[in-house]
Amino acid sequence: MPFAAEPPVINEAATAFMLIASSMVLLMTPGLALFYGGMTRSKSVLNMMMMSFGALAAVGIIYVLWGYSMSFGNLQDGTSDIAGIFANPFHLFGLGDLTGPDGPRLIDPFGVGVFIPEYIYVGFQLTFAVITVALISGAIADRVKFSTWMTFAVIWVTIVYFPLAHMVWGGGLLSGSENGLSAKLFGATDGVANVLPIDFAGGTVVHINAGAAGLALALVVGKRLGFGKVAMRPHNLPLVMIGAGLLWFGWFGFNAGSELAADGVASAVWLNTTVATCAAAIGWLLVEKVRDGHPTSLGAASGVVAGLVAITPACGALSPVGSIILGVVAGGLSALAVGLKYKFGYDDSLDVVGVHLVAGLWGTIGAGLLATSTGLFYGGGWDQLVLQILIALISLVLSLVLTYAIAMGLKATLGWRISEDEESEGIDQTEHAESAYEIGGFAASSGRSTTHRPAVPAEQAEGANA
Amino acid sequence: MKLITAIIKPHQLDEVKEALEAFGVAGMTISEASGYGRQRGHSEVYRGAEYTVDFVPKVRLEVLVDDVDSSDVLEVILKAAQTGRIGDGKIWSVPVDEVVRVRTGERGVDAL
Repeated sequence: MPFAAEPPVINEAATAFMLIASSMVLLMTPGLALFYGGMTRSKSVLNMMMMSFGALAAVGIIYVLWGYSMSFGNLQDGTSDIAGIFANPFHLFGLGDLTGPDGPRLIDPFGVGVFIPEYIYVGFQLTFAVITVALISGAIADRVKFSTWMTFAVIWVTIVYFPLAHMVWGGGLLSGSENGLSAKLFGATDGVANVLPIDFAGGTVVHINAGAAGLALALVVGKRLGFGKVAMRPHNLPLVMIGAGLLWFGWFGFNAGSELAADGVASAVWLNTTVATCAAAIGWLLVEKVRDGHPTSLGAASGVVAGLVAITPACGALSPVGSIILGVVAGGLSALAVGLKYKFGYDDSLDVVGVHLVAGLWGTIGAGLLATSTGLFYGGGWDQLVLQILIALISLVLSLVLTYAIAMGLKATLGWRISEDEESEGIDQTEHAESAYEIGGFAASSGRSTTHRPAVPAEQAEGANA
Repeated sequence: MKLITAIIKPHQLDEVKEALEAFGVAGMTISEASGYGRQRGHSEVYRGAEYTVDFVPKVRLEVLVDDVDSSDVLEVILKAAQTGRIGDGKIWSVPVDEVVRVRTGERGVDAL
């Protein structure tokens, strides 16, 4: 911590690791664009991918301007936050103060003597904010004005994501600090809660949050034309599989990187992440084989993501065998949950709810069962489980209510939907003036440039029109 | 002259092409097609949601022949395309008024 007598010394191994981990997490958003893009119809793949790239561009900037300050601006400087909900957005606005007279400032967020430059801590956290926003877009495929989506990204990340990140990781209400919920329920010793909430890499902040937001948006935005009647098949499953592979790779940065050091815990996290994901793929495929008769490639890719989601909060607290159990249940649960949208009639187009909300809830709550130190199944009693259920539900309700309010506000002002004509023609054409593929081969690649047309003498032009 | 059109299973295309070449047909045109007949389509399942896909992939093969060859060519295609299972397709022939070779301007049987 900054009060050490000796000036802090940079941990170069941890710094190198965090530079790599942050880059890997950044890659998850383009990976998600492929994963989602392949699942849409061919007339809307570009819009789907653009929602991810748009979130990346917008949130990347906002994070540096006021996002970091709102989430973690209180960590180093002893400034207080606002009711445990968010830190002062202007304290580190634009990160102006991070380069001091002695060069870039160092930070040791866990207080364990591992100092890394605060710049890369900002970078790492930035990538989390980006992917959380991008995840939501899967709920509203094919039908939403790009301008409204970009506006939503800015408002949502500010009002919902930054406060929740602060509450869970920035020493706020849902953290293990002495002012947090856990300390109030179970008491605190030496300024730290007796029962520490487990959310290693973002089960609440990222996945429950994005899943609940996706549900709220699907409810406000409404169904695609022909939902439940017309076949809306994934147009390119190989893209989905490539995307799932990139997500898995990037997720090692997400989970292992959340240790903020290249150490034994990060190594255990790597392994837990791998086996939980393998198990979830198996779990999803088993459900499909029994229920539908065929194990599908989309099921394997979806199971991979469900497993990664579920292990995210729990990866630092479980044994490898515990991770396998957590994973297989996550895959099975999500495979069963994706059908709910047809029962309840909400068009969560690419199953953000079925995968991220369900597996995020299970992973966060399952950590209360399977944590080797405090989990119910390991003789740790009920406290951890109760606390896990509480932080999961609070995140869920908070995100659902706030997102619903933001979405209704945008519906009344900018409006969410493109027109019915535009939607049936295809959003790639109408919102972006592009098409993803030259369907029809040479016929689609014919046509003339109308921007860079050579000047044509008047009489010839008249002749052409005659 | 006749235009013979055959809708066949895509994986029978090579056999049909070789049989036509062996018979002496000088050229043909194919295109990718989708369709269904009495066999209907098939079903696919995505995340538990089942879809019926009516139009299954087929190849449309077109060949122009002299009147005297038309029934033989039709037989050649029939033999090569037949697997005996559902979805083997259909063959039909229609009369053609005129054929012109674009390069030389030759007309009629000379253009075949």
